[in-house]
Amino acid sequence: MTVPRAANLPSPPNATGSQTTMAITQSLSPAASRPGDEHYNFAYLDESTKRMLRRALLKAVAIPGYQVPFGSREMPLPYGWGTGGIQVTSSVIGPEDVLKVIDQGSDDTTNAVNIRRFFARVAGVRTTEATGEATIIQTRHRIPETPLREGQILVFQVPIPEPLRWLEPRETETRTMHALSEYGGMHVSLYEDIAHQGCIATSYDYPVVVNGRYLMRPSPIPKFDNPKLDGSPALMLFGAGREKRVYAVPPYTSVRSLDFEDYPFSIEPQGHACDQCGSTTSFLDEIIMDDRGTRRFVCSDTEYCARRCAEQVGRRA
Amino acid sequence: MSAPARPPGGRAPSHGEDVAPAQDIEPPVLAVAGLTCTWDGVHGCRDIDFDLHAGEVLCVVGESGSGKSTLLQALSWQHPPQSGTVHYASREDGVVDLAALPQVRLRRLARTEWGFMRQNPRDGLRMQISAGANIAERLMAVGQRHYGELRRSAAHWLQRMEMDAARLDDTPASFSGGMQQRLQIARNLVTHPRLVFMDEPTASLDVSVQARLLDLMRGLVDDLGLAAIVVTHDLAVARLLAQRTLVMRGGRVVEAGLTDQILDDPQHPYTQLLVSSILQG
Repeated sequence: MTVPRAANLPSPPNATGSQTTMAITQSLSPAASRPGDEHYNFAYLDESTKRMLRRALLKAVAIPGYQVPFGSREMPLPYGWGTGGIQVTSSVIGPEDVLKVIDQGSDDTTNAVNIRRFFARVAGVRTTEATGEATIIQTRHRIPETPLREGQILVFQVPIPEPLRWLEPRETETRTMHALSEYGGMHVSLYEDIAHQGCIATSYDYPVVVNGRYLMRPSPIPKFDNPKLDGSPALMLFGAGREKRVYAVPPYTSVRSLDFEDYPFSIEPQGHACDQCGSTTSFLDEIIMDDRGTRRFVCSDTEYCARRCAEQVGRRA
Repeated sequence: MSAPARPPGGRAPSHGEDVAPAQDIEPPVLAVAGLTCTWDGVHGCRDIDFDLHAGEVLCVVGESGSGKSTLLQALSWQHPPQSGTVHYASREDGVVDLAALPQVRLRRLARTEWGFMRQNPRDGLRMQISAGANIAERLMAVGQRHYGELRRSAAHWLQRMEMDAARLDDTPASFSGGMQQRLQIARNLVTHPRLVFMDEPTASLDVSVQARLLDLMRGLVDDLGLAAIVVTHDLAVARLLAQRTLVMRGGRVVEAGLTDQILDDPQHPYTQLLVSSILQG
């Protein structure tokens, strides 16, 4: 497949908002006056690397769920901390973008804070914690509770992009299996779950089929978040730095979780409400309070929880 | 050669006045002509011709390094041969030339209409997953998505292999060698293949287990109308299972014919040596 030059591209298929195209074209010309650190090129990576990444991303958007190899660079971050994610973010971010970074739903963990500060410094972009305000959200292991909208880009950090890896260690073979849609073996792991646990016990990184064609790992998000992938209005980009792969789910693309006819995909009810905001519909973290077994359940999405709490206080006042 | 050379894929002999009506004569399941497959231009097998019909078991015997396993790999297209043709009568498309078949179809054939049994069951099984999943894997690969039915098929095949259905959720690692080998058979037969390749299926088993396995295999071949190619160095296996036998040496077939004929009246000096070296109890 030939990918046209990134500079004179029409907007990618399905991307209704112009945000994607804007992000791609804007950062091609480094802004002359910007508040970021002048010792770095805009968004840290050099322009040719970003261009290479954008070409890979455009290909990924054109073939939903297909893993596109790219020349992953060494980043100022250890592998496993989101090197793929920050390379993707760095190649799509523009000076006008507003960035939010979450780690397991939280805005204030070391990983999230550092990546946010990194881009504030090297790109001079505005950062936020509010999901609604952000145009780019880099995430590790969660999709925000607040529904995403058109024009937003969700960037996932992916540790292992290949869903067939556990089944087949050879890369040549897994590629052939993708090419020929030989995905039957994937059900073996689900079969094993049911045989041993009585239900599909896979609770995160739950394999999905994108656009009825490619099998994809949604990165280690809880399966609670899988339905949010399906037909999402936002563009979802996945970057694996160590494995040197990017893939994408364009807006409004079908994403189906694997299951059996008699054991359909389902999300177990959590059986608790958030202790802080009382939400029964968000994904909850269990926090052990002491060594006598006291535990609390709170929303994993800290921004969502804080906003709900503030609203409740406002209503009471 | 045992069977006269016939145009591979032809539905009926070209000129036969006293032959049965054409619909009774099925094309051979496998028609091999002039097959040469070498690893380095020297070692391998050369100029192999034979036809294999439905319900027929062909044994390939010969010493180590005589090209038996190479032949099996060439026939099943795991290592495509350098020259010669292999025509296979598939259930869906009729007679096909394997060399002309696209990779998708070849891989589908290997998963559905063929079976491949290895000498070491560890190579043919997934050792970390349960016996049930091992058996059902092929069914899932061809698109069955109903857990209950998959499990029923797996239990059925486990029982058919004379194993307790209660062991469905145990991993093959906890099975004995003979059970692992039977599990491998079940895993291959679950999609009702037409043609099974077996590479030394009984070599790693002790004598009593061997006898049971051979008995079971003979029953299955009869019941299911399988065609099978069995590579072995054990003439007793050939005697028990096979209607016809190829004797290989140095990559070539030195003698071919009905098994009983070969074992009772060996013509080639090497075959005579083989037959005379069977231990007499």
